[in-house]
Amino acid sequence: MPKQPIIEIEDLHFTYPGDSAETLRGLNLSIEEGSFAAVLGHNGSGKSTLAKLLNAILLPTSGKIYVCGRDTSDEEHLLDLRRSIGLVFQNPDNQIVANVVEDDVAFAPENLGVEPQEIRRRVDEALKTVGMYEYRLHAPHLLSGGQKQRVAIAGALAMQPRVLVLDEPTAMLDPLGRREVISTVTRLCREQGMTVVLITHHMSECVGADRLIALSDGTVTADGTPREVFSQVELLRGEGLTAPATVRLLYALRKAGFDVPLDALSVDECADAVAGLLRRAGRL
Amino acid sequence: MESVIRTENLTHVYSRGTPFEKTAIHDVSVEIHPGELVAVIGHTGSGKSTFMQHLNGLLRPDSGSVYVDGEDIFASKEATRDVRFKVGLVFQYPEYQLFEETVYRDISFGPRNMKLSESERDERVREAARLTGVGEELFERSPLELSGGQKRRVAIAGVMAMRPRVLILDEPTAGLDPAGCAGVIRNITDYREETGSTVLLVTHSMDDAAKIAGRLIVFHEGTIAMDGTPDEVFSRQRELVEMGLDVPQSAAIADALRARGVALPASIYTSRSLREAVLDLAGGVAPC
Repeated sequence: MPKQPIIEIEDLHFTYPGDSAETLRGLNLSIEEGSFAAVLGHNGSGKSTLAKLLNAILLPTSGKIYVCGRDTSDEEHLLDLRRSIGLVFQNPDNQIVANVVEDDVAFAPENLGVEPQEIRRRVDEALKTVGMYEYRLHAPHLLSGGQKQRVAIAGALAMQPRVLVLDEPTAMLDPLGRREVISTVTRLCREQGMTVVLITHHMSECVGADRLIALSDGTVTADGTPREVFSQVELLRGEGLTAPATVRLLYALRKAGFDVPLDALSVDECADAVAGLLRRAGRL
Repeated sequence: MESVIRTENLTHVYSRGTPFEKTAIHDVSVEIHPGELVAVIGHTGSGKSTFMQHLNGLLRPDSGSVYVDGEDIFASKEATRDVRFKVGLVFQYPEYQLFEETVYRDISFGPRNMKLSESERDERVREAARLTGVGEELFERSPLELSGGQKRRVAIAGVMAMRPRVLILDEPTAGLDPAGCAGVIRNITDYREETGSTVLLVTHSMDDAAKIAGRLIVFHEGTIAMDGTPDEVFSRQRELVEMGLDVPQSAAIADALRARGVALPASIYTSRSLREAVLDLAGGVAPC
């Protein structure tokens, strides 16, 4: 059965008031329900602007965005729209409002007027989903960055959104925290069918996505599986992005005239490809 | 060799005597030599930032000493004050600390505090701006109008303008995109080459560390777990991973190739050295 698009973007243009240049220039995208899409781009590519447009914090200058079939410019359904999209930002310290982890997670459903018993159930479930249930009575400011960011994700989940949009959620985290956050959102998508839109400039975080959309100067420059996009080394370099070391090595071998695939993304796949080449050449 | 910074049995305990008491660093003794570029690595809570904040007198140790140019920096108030100009510290997200009305005034804040003459100040501001790629056309702009990468460079220039003997940067590339990271890393290596200063770089990026540092110090649970050349440290991949740290991806690929019987030399951790070694091995093969 073909999956329904949950986000549809049609010829989207956006210009910040007072700016002469367009930040987004004619974007057309459709994102399937239950998929994991990564949006990759350097600073100023328009990727954070896109996140704010999805949640109607900003409205299109022209063009349309439909989330769950609703036009984001339709003020009447604004509240429904915001309930269906959970947003997580870069800095966990700017998103945590309460002094106790579980109060923080309960903040959104409380504002939505959800029944207390239901809030209790949602908070427990959301904290279990992100692996922070044992910390429910802790003070957020004493948690690590990765833990705080998982609490922020739980806060978004407690609204029971259909889409989770994360704007550079790991930019301020160390490698361990990064892995915690990425594995949490990957699990959410794979096990619970949550649609995930991950905005990032870390290539390594996109490897597990179903789809990778590269954004540059407000337009989509590449769109495909991570394998397809990463093998376009020249294109990525032109955009100030770097392909993973695996792809760069294979690319250098290709340039030197050797027959190796470009889409061996993981360390093991890459090592297999290179060892295979050496074996064929009688060097191993 | 004479050391520019030396710590002896440095120990720091946070919130002593409360239920939150935590030993952040314990018995750390280390020597940094003039002109070294040292990368300091460790995951969050390993004690690396606490350690760094002792080196310019921002934190006082519970026990142990810090010597800069052979002088105990906590010996007197004057010594603690003077060390701030000798050891320049660039904090994490330093752009949050920009506060002056213009870029020029912000960069010259440190030199002004040093009570330098106006011409000397001007020279230093221009030098620091050049080294960080901050164009003079930005001098009269408000720092708040700049892009994230530009703000970061202005903040770094402000510390460089004091011409510290030792420049310490706490995660100077955090949150920047790959092009921004590469720019800041280039600024740091240029600065060191031109001024011969000692540089300490706190980083999570093993790739940055592999690329530019001559020496790596790895903090773990408040003590120094490893201290050596990149070769020495990156050859202990398994231990690094156990400490929650990354290894440079090129080092991981080299390791996987060795596991498949490829005879690679030991010291491979940058994409360039990996590329050269593999091309070298494949060298005699006729191109397809």
